[in-house]
Amino acid sequence: MPLPTTNEIIEDLEFFDDWEERYKYIIDLGEHMPKMPAELQTHARLVKGCQSNVWIDVSLKHDKLHFQVDSDAIIVRGLLALVMAAYNDKTTEQIRAFNINEYFEKLDLEQHISPTRGNGLRAIVAKIQGFAVT
Amino acid sequence: MSFDVQEIRAQFPILSRTVHNKPLVYLDNAATTQKPQVVIDALVNYYSYSNSNVHRGAHQLADEATRQYEAARDTVADFIQAADRCEVIWTSGTTESINIVAHGLAILLNESDQVLVTEMEHHANLVTWQQACKASGAKLVVAPIDDNGELIIDQYLSLINENTRLAALPHASNALGSLNPIKLLTTQLKKRSNNKALMLIDGAQGIAHSSVNVAEIGCDFYVFSSHKLYGPTGLGVLWGKQALLKDWPVWQTGGEMISEVSYQDATWNTLPYRLEAGTPNIAGAIAFGAAVNWFTKLDVKALLAHEEKVFSYATAQAEAFNGLTIIGQASHKVPVLSFIMDRGHPADIGFILDRQGVAIRTGHHCAQPLMERLNVPGTARASFAMYNTCEEVDILFSSLEKVKQMLA
Repeated sequence: MPLPTTNEIIEDLEFFDDWEERYKYIIDLGEHMPKMPAELQTHARLVKGCQSNVWIDVSLKHDKLHFQVDSDAIIVRGLLALVMAAYNDKTTEQIRAFNINEYFEKLDLEQHISPTRGNGLRAIVAKIQGFAVT
Repeated sequence: MSFDVQEIRAQFPILSRTVHNKPLVYLDNAATTQKPQVVIDALVNYYSYSNSNVHRGAHQLADEATRQYEAARDTVADFIQAADRCEVIWTSGTTESINIVAHGLAILLNESDQVLVTEMEHHANLVTWQQACKASGAKLVVAPIDDNGELIIDQYLSLINENTRLAALPHASNALGSLNPIKLLTTQLKKRSNNKALMLIDGAQGIAHSSVNVAEIGCDFYVFSSHKLYGPTGLGVLWGKQALLKDWPVWQTGGEMISEVSYQDATWNTLPYRLEAGTPNIAGAIAFGAAVNWFTKLDVKALLAHEEKVFSYATAQAEAFNGLTIIGQASHKVPVLSFIMDRGHPADIGFILDRQGVAIRTGHHCAQPLMERLNVPGTARASFAMYNTCEEVDILFSSLEKVKQMLA
């Protein structure tokens, strides 16, 4: 199942009014995201968070950046799916043009990419933005 | 005397707030405890009415501030039964206290010396000695724990010899709760090293959960933080025997620690000031004095019994909870419940508990080598203080049911 688009995710999440339903949806998105092969989960691809770890691999396919990501935490995996909906298989121009802070604010999830969270998500976003500069 | 937990709770303003529209259940006390109103008042009163620099001023405010500040030192000296008030050095916290000792030790060590630590250390009581050993060429020896997170006493004792210059031992493990027999190990350290080794006890996790008497323990240094004993952050204590501290290499220079200065040389003030450079944390020390005075007026025996009751109740519930494994099952523990769950990473557990108003800590607890030793990525840790109740334990476990349900 392909990931929904960022606009679909925004619409879907607006539909839920309690936190539990929202996070179940996010967890579900994470579960439908392809798993990163274990052999790719190397130290070089690791972004260490204080509380959980995230791995990221990047390759170039037909002028688009293709990412494989994973996390040892279930909720962070779901949040990564939200990030992938925004960035995966996009050109560097598209990645640079996308306003991730605004997107997370619309999802009412901005706390997860704030500097106080030690889940590695902010570091991943910074990494992806870094790939898109070159 | 007795202990009424509701009466205690009423003294902590923060305990009546809500988080995500749920009553706060604060179970992160091993990270820091909340502050009673008397401590908050002491901070506010100092800044409102007595704020001034200590030891230097030629005016009334400076006299008042100095008197309150030094009275706090007396309070702490009495609290831990120090032989002399000059043995109580104010620091910024446990970490700085250990650094002062490690910095001096690095100068005194040579290549044939050994420093003994344990597998259960917090980074503050590991990396400090590791770096002191690297700088001096001394050997860092790490005493093993068993799978329950308990120090293996026989092996610990066998690692002590006449080359052991210092042993650094946690009073209790911050990640697992394991309580160490500090008096026994100190006695044995002295005996087996032919009185050559010094004992430093990292009391960060012990100070709020036992009655510490440094003379009775027989250790050389006992270090702890104010904020884990209901006092403010940014203040800690280095207690050390006067005979050692009076000649201990100075750590930082400048300010009250100086006696005489020329452009080319300087001499140091006497204890405790020689190890306290710069303007100290005056408000912190005064408020910590208030915290200790408040604590010692309570029925400490009864409050420890209350903590033990709540902790036993939590442990029993954890043992009965399907899909949960307790990490750290030492026979003697401070009220720290570290655990993992079959499904869900500690970060997931922490997040879902937070949404229900329950504050715990998740991760490696600044003890990465220990997590590797136990083969876990980290744990979820609920840690208790005197104001926690069995009703809060019930909320913790009903919230953990929600974790299971959401991550199923």
